[in-house]
Amino acid sequence: MLTDAPRIVTARLEHPDSHTLERYLATGGYEGLRKALTMTPEAVHEEVNAASLLGRGGAGFPAGRKWSMLREAPTTYLVVNGDESEPATFKDHLLIERDPHQIVEGTIIAAYAIGAAQAFIFCRGEFALGLERLTQAVNEAYEHGALGRSIFGSEFSLDLVVHPGAGAYICGEETALLESLEGKRGFPRIKPPYFPAAIGLYGEPTVVNNVETMSNLPWIILHGGAAFAALGQGSSTGTRLFALSGHVERPGWYELEMSTTTFRDLIYDERLGGGVRLGRELKAFIPGGVSAPWFFPEHLDMGLDQDAVGKAGSMLGSGSVVVMDETTCAVRAAWRITRFFHRESCGQCTPCREGAGWVDKVIRRIEDGLGREEDLDLLLDACDNIAPGLTWPPKQTTICVLGPSIPSSIVSSIHRFRDEFLLHVKEGGCPMPPDEVRHG
Amino acid sequence: MAHLSAENRQKAEAVVAVYPQPRSALIPLCHLAQAQDGYLTEEAMEDIARLCDVSPAEVRGTASFYDMLHTEPVGRYVVAVCTNIACMLAGAYEVLGHAKQRLGIHVGQTTPDGLFTLEEAECLAGCDQAVCVQVNHRFFGPLDEEAFDRLVDDLAAGRLEDTVPRHGVLSRVSRAVGLPAATPVAATISNEPQAAGTPPPGEKEVAPEPPAAAGAGEGE
Repeated sequence: MLTDAPRIVTARLEHPDSHTLERYLATGGYEGLRKALTMTPEAVHEEVNAASLLGRGGAGFPAGRKWSMLREAPTTYLVVNGDESEPATFKDHLLIERDPHQIVEGTIIAAYAIGAAQAFIFCRGEFALGLERLTQAVNEAYEHGALGRSIFGSEFSLDLVVHPGAGAYICGEETALLESLEGKRGFPRIKPPYFPAAIGLYGEPTVVNNVETMSNLPWIILHGGAAFAALGQGSSTGTRLFALSGHVERPGWYELEMSTTTFRDLIYDERLGGGVRLGRELKAFIPGGVSAPWFFPEHLDMGLDQDAVGKAGSMLGSGSVVVMDETTCAVRAAWRITRFFHRESCGQCTPCREGAGWVDKVIRRIEDGLGREEDLDLLLDACDNIAPGLTWPPKQTTICVLGPSIPSSIVSSIHRFRDEFLLHVKEGGCPMPPDEVRHG
Repeated sequence: MAHLSAENRQKAEAVVAVYPQPRSALIPLCHLAQAQDGYLTEEAMEDIARLCDVSPAEVRGTASFYDMLHTEPVGRYVVAVCTNIACMLAGAYEVLGHAKQRLGIHVGQTTPDGLFTLEEAECLAGCDQAVCVQVNHRFFGPLDEEAFDRLVDDLAAGRLEDTVPRHGVLSRVSRAVGLPAATPVAATISNEPQAAGTPPPGEKEVAPEPPAAAGAGEGE
C-alpha cells in the first residue's frame, strides 16, 4: 500500500530551482552538516548504523558496516559512485541534476564520520548537465564555508573533487571505478581484498558509497537514525527512489517507503505507474535493473523489500523496474539485455568476454529465425559455464559480478517462455514483429 | 611542441593539482583536449602524458577503453540513440533506422559535411523519456521519427547552439581555483608553498600495506 512516509531524497524536487544554493538553504540545506559537526564522528557513524541504511547502488550492503571495515591508516578516501549505468536506472541521474547540494552535503557528512582526507564524486561522463550542476554546487559550497578549511568554523577540513567518467558501464563496479579514477582502464580488481576499505584508491583505505546513499545522510542526521529505521520493515528501512520504465502509463521516478509498498502499487496505482499501457496484460517485469532475473504477474503483491525479492530468486538491485506487456517478444528483450553485457564486458575474464559473445549470437539467431531447437539447451549450457548451476545468487567464475549477471534474462525468459522460443524456431522468425508491438 | 593552447594548459595544470596523484587527471584532461579539438589528437595525448607523468601509450590505452573518448575525428554533433531495453520497448530501433535514413549514414559514420556522427548508445539513464537521444551528451526525449527530424533540423540550422555546444565540450562550469581554504588537509600534507587554491595533499605511497582481515564477501 501507499503510505504517507516523508520524501527524504526528493523533498526539494517540486521546486524548479531545486539545484541552486538559494533554494537549498531555504529548505534546510546544510543544517544536517552543521548538526553533524557538533557531534563526534563516532556519533555520526552510530546514527547511520541506527538507520540501518542499505547502500542504494545495487548490492544493498549496509552503509554503516562498510564504514566500519576501514583499515586504520593515516590517509583514507571517500569516493561517491555517481556512475549510474545499469540499464533502466535513472534515479542518480535525477539526484545529480536536480539536487546536487544534497549529495555534496551527504558526502561531507560521510567524510567527517570516517575521517577522510579527501572526497571524490565520480559522475557518469554522459551526464553533462549533471557535471555542470555538481561542479557549480561544489564551488558554491566552498564559498558558503561548507567545504575547504575549517568547515563552518569547526576543526574539520575537506576538499571535494568532481571527477568525470568517460563512458563504461563497468566503472560502476567499485574497484573498476577506482582504477578509472587512477587514470586507467576500468578493469575490476582481483578479490580479495573484497572491499576497497582495505586497499582502495592509491592503495589507501577507501569507502565507496552511492549517490542516493549520500543523499539520505542529511535527513538521517537531522531526524535521527531511529526515525529512518521506523520506515520500512526488517532490513529494508527508510524510503527508496524507484525508477519505473517500459510499458506503463506513467514512467518516472517515485520515492516510496520500502517493504510496505508493493510492485503492484508501483506499477498500477494511479498516483504512480498508472497501470500497463493501453490497458494491456502484464507479461513480465524486471524488479531491479537488467542484471536481475525477471518477475511475473504472480510476484506483483510482493513488497519492495530487499530480502523478500532476494528470497524469491531475484534482486531489488538498483531500484529500477521495467514493465513488459503482453505484446513484448521475450526473445528480443532477452537478446537486447544480453547484447548490452557483451558490449560492456571489460574483457579480462574468459567466461564473461567469450560467453557473452556466444550467447548474444545464439539468441540473436533465434530472434532472426535462424535458430534450432537445440539452441535453447545450448544457451543454458553456455550460461552454466558463466555462472555454474544457474542458481540465485549466481556462482561466480569471474573477477566481478558482470559475468554472473549475463544469464539472468536468458534463463528467466527460456524457463518461462520456452514455447515462445520454440515458435521462433518453428516459424523461422519472430511471431511478434516490433512494429505491431509498438503501434498495436 | 605543446599542442594544448596556453589557456587550456593552465586549466590542465589546475586539474592535475586537485588530485593526490597526477595520473588521476588523465581522463579529465582527455575531456579537456576533446573540448579544444573535438576529438583526441596524437599531439594532445602526448601533452596529457607529460602532464600526468605517464607514457603516451598509456594515455591511448586508457582512452581507447572508453566510449566517450574519440581518437578519430567525429562530427560537430554526435547523435546517440539509446536502444537499450526501456527505449527498445518504446521503438528505439525504429527511430535508429529512421535516423540512418535521414542522415544517410550507418552507425559509427559521419556525414560528409562533418556535421553529424551517428551512434547507437547503451542506456543513458533517461528511461522515463524513451526513446532517449543524446546530442553531445545533452538529453532529448521522448523522441519519435518526426521529433527526431525536428531535432536534426534545429541542429543543422544552428538553433540549438546555446544548449548543445560542439562535440567535446562537456562541463561548461569549471572548478573555481583560488577558492578560500581549498587546501585539502590530509594527515600527510606538506608545508611547501603550493599553487594558489588547489594543492594536492602530498604524494602517497602507492605500495599498500598488507590488507587487514578480508571483507565478508561482495555485494550481499
